[in-house]
Amino acid sequence: MEVSMTVNGSPRTDSVEPRLLLVHYLRDVAGLTGTNIGCDTSSCGACTVLVDGESVKSCTMLAAQADGAEVTTIEGLADGDRMHPMQEAFREHHGLQCGYCTPGMVLAAVSLLKEVPDPTEAQVREGLEGNLCRCTGYHNIVQAVLAAAKAPAGAGAGS
Amino acid sequence: MSILGNRVLRVEDPKFLTTGGVYGDDLPFEGAAWVTFVRSTAAHARIAELDTTAAASMPGVVAVCTGEDLDLAEIPAGAPVPDALARPALARGTVRFVGEMVAAVLTERREQGEDAAEAVFVDYEPLPAVVDPEEAVRGETLLFPGHGTNVALSIDGPADESIFADCEVIVTRRLVNQRLAPCPLEVRTAAASWADDGRLTLSASNQHPHGARDALCALYHLDPGQVRVVVPDVGGGFGAKIGLYPEELVLPWLARRAGRPVRWTESRSESMLSLGHGRGQCQQVKIGGRRDGTVLAYRLEVLQDAGAYPSIGAFLPFLTKLMTSGTYRIPRVEFSARAVVTNTNPIVAYRGAGRPEATAAIERAMDLFAAEIGVDPAEVRRRNLVPADEFPYTNGTGTVYDCGDYARALDLALEASGYQDLRSEQARRRAAGDRRLLGVGVSTYVEVTNSDGGGELAAVEVLPSGRAKVYTGTSPHGQGHATAWAMIASEQLGIPVEDIELVANDTDLVASGGGTMGSRSLQTGGLAVHEAAVDLVEQARKLAAEALEASPADVVLDKLAGRFHVAGTPSVSRSWRELATEAAATGGLRTERSSSPPGPTFPFGAHVAVVEVDAETGAVRLERMVAVDDAGTIVNPLLAEGQRHGGLAQGAAQALLEEFRYDPDGNPVTANLADYPMISATELPSFELVPMVTPTPRNALGAKGIGESGTIGSTPAVQSAVVDALAHLGVRHLDMPAAPERVWRALEEAADR
Ligand code: FES
Ligand code: FES
Repeated sequence: MEVSMTVNGSPRTDSVEPRLLLVHYLRDVAGLTGTNIGCDTSSCGACTVLVDGESVKSCTMLAAQADGAEVTTIEGLADGDRMHPMQEAFREHHGLQCGYCTPGMVLAAVSLLKEVPDPTEAQVREGLEGNLCRCTGYHNIVQAVLAAAKAPAGAGAGS
Repeated sequence: MSILGNRVLRVEDPKFLTTGGVYGDDLPFEGAAWVTFVRSTAAHARIAELDTTAAASMPGVVAVCTGEDLDLAEIPAGAPVPDALARPALARGTVRFVGEMVAAVLTERREQGEDAAEAVFVDYEPLPAVVDPEEAVRGETLLFPGHGTNVALSIDGPADESIFADCEVIVTRRLVNQRLAPCPLEVRTAAASWADDGRLTLSASNQHPHGARDALCALYHLDPGQVRVVVPDVGGGFGAKIGLYPEELVLPWLARRAGRPVRWTESRSESMLSLGHGRGQCQQVKIGGRRDGTVLAYRLEVLQDAGAYPSIGAFLPFLTKLMTSGTYRIPRVEFSARAVVTNTNPIVAYRGAGRPEATAAIERAMDLFAAEIGVDPAEVRRRNLVPADEFPYTNGTGTVYDCGDYARALDLALEASGYQDLRSEQARRRAAGDRRLLGVGVSTYVEVTNSDGGGELAAVEVLPSGRAKVYTGTSPHGQGHATAWAMIASEQLGIPVEDIELVANDTDLVASGGGTMGSRSLQTGGLAVHEAAVDLVEQARKLAAEALEASPADVVLDKLAGRFHVAGTPSVSRSWRELATEAAATGGLRTERSSSPPGPTFPFGAHVAVVEVDAETGAVRLERMVAVDDAGTIVNPLLAEGQRHGGLAQGAAQALLEEFRYDPDGNPVTANLADYPMISATELPSFELVPMVTPTPRNALGAKGIGESGTIGSTPAVQSAVVDALAHLGVRHLDMPAAPERVWRALEEAADR
């Protein structure tokens, strides 16, 4: 079957198997390997992307279900050479180590701030419950998200 | 001004944040066939029939191979574990754990593998399974009948009851240090290919490329020059990716058989079954002393679960032994251990590897002793700590600690946590019958990093562009080596961090290496970078002296400008770029060094955990985690704190939540991330880190390892806090993890008393 969507600002149409998961579409068809796979039970959030601005675990969605949607992956978050405020905040606060959870974590955080622009620490932790990280102990991720919420540009904006 | 000690942001980050890392599964490996393993569904069985005919005719199948096809030697654990317990890469005749590989299916496309693997018919004739190490030790069912026992190795120690003869109080207890799944967020992935000249290349998600190369050389009878191991970005290892597994070791054989490259990426559910597990010790502690709080004697007996085929896990008791008596001056100490095989996934190293187990045991023992004599647990610890003026100190099992001030670490942790206030609040709540039970846990720890005391290789090179390259035999996978190693080189060379590139994780580009494990990197590899950079400045100084027609002794390096000049006349100078350009014809500006530290180092610290237990449900909330971790001189506090955070989380996870479980028949019951409670952001507080720095005299950087400290100290602190919350009800001990059901049961039993 044929699916059309806008991925990181570029429209594309591909013919795919109806059962193809969005995450495999993005990685194998669109060649965007920034989105990672960390589990087979929709538990880890490594595959999180934005679909029409909302965070989605892309292993829980068929490519066909994203037909007509705007999809943003980590490769499409920065504005050219300028990192998104959330990316900046992760760097500034050392919110990543091995980087494997990072694309999903950053996009989940962007979506979280869109919903709750000025969250408490507890709200950040709850908001990121579905995104696992084995390296950072979450401390610096939480700091980064709180800092991004305070950033002048507003980290929830722009995507 | 020194760059060392500054919070330099990671040079690694922009890539990971904008395009994501390039992990093994992201690589194209053109023309490679996909490998899918057929895994045993039985814990212990004879393979009565294995039929691959149906699978061979499935769509896309290139080949199906079983243990009978394989002409590879079995994979031994190494002495003193007997070769009788060696593991075949693919099972032959018998399977010994759920998840063991019985066949490999090669397909054109990835998605074809699963269906084809399902078409492999295996008839398992069940044998009795042994899951519990205490049962395994009795030897009623043997995993390797030819070996005659399930014991893979023993560390015999004295068991002299007279060491407790003068003790007024003696406490004994059985403790379980449960089996954990390491859960790096990236699972294993690897690819193998043979070049026309017979050279093998393996790409793998691994922590020790040179060790991987050597393992391949041994198995395939190749010279090191015939094997290249490349490690792409790695999404975490935590010890579980130190060695190559049979899955990876068999890939070159499959590639040769298929006549083309092969690749493999496991699923998370496969990973839970077959990526090595951690911990898995059953411990018997006995502690004795005087009523005034002085500990006189301590014995630790370890029963190590090695899993079905002994691997690194069987050797963990050697590391446990080194740290038996922890931070305490205990006059008489005894240690003994046995490692046994069980019908479970093999145990490997996991963050701390043998040392968290030692710390958990002695810290529980101290708590039990304190409870028995009715003295505050922090106070009992203080009375027994090794005094700061006794270093170097030889502990009860003969390990020589380099330096430390354990009492100060404890005081800092108590002060930062407001320990006395916490105790007052606890008393108030108890008096008021508050259903939110407050628990406070204290631990002190010392651990060993770079335990084998080995060195590491580094090379530093300045290019005609003026940029530098640093080569290291360590194996970065998230720790921030590229930043830290650049800082160390920059400190000597005066070349900015952003102009220094790290080269690692490729055995063709770096001649040797010990990888990244056991918190060894900085004190071995960082030290080597420091030494190589110092040498390079000397080399450059001589070149500059020639050019400036001066004596080398008179030439200085202006590190801010990155230029050499004669002292007092900075106007005439030579830059790195000029010197490297001039040297290009004569071999360039490059030095190589193998560091040789005089021995391991011993980071130490103290942690205080505060928990709240719901008296109705048994639910535990970790409210606070205060950590003093002294790892000597810190190169980059940002990175060091990140290591501590991650370690604290993994330590707390063991105490609170995580356990890999098998049912009595050896079926895994926590075999995916839906069932295994990997800790998430909601289950943790922000951490309160207290700085403390006691430089070690054992290396020029003054640095110890920091990778595992957080885990080692936090597990017993959190466990102790949970027990403490229930202490007024008469509870003295609870095994880990403090799952609500276990805590609720303890509350119920206490109510019945
Ligand atoms: S891959 Fe784990 S939730 Fe999608
Ligand atoms: S940075 Fe490694 S899993 Fe999050």
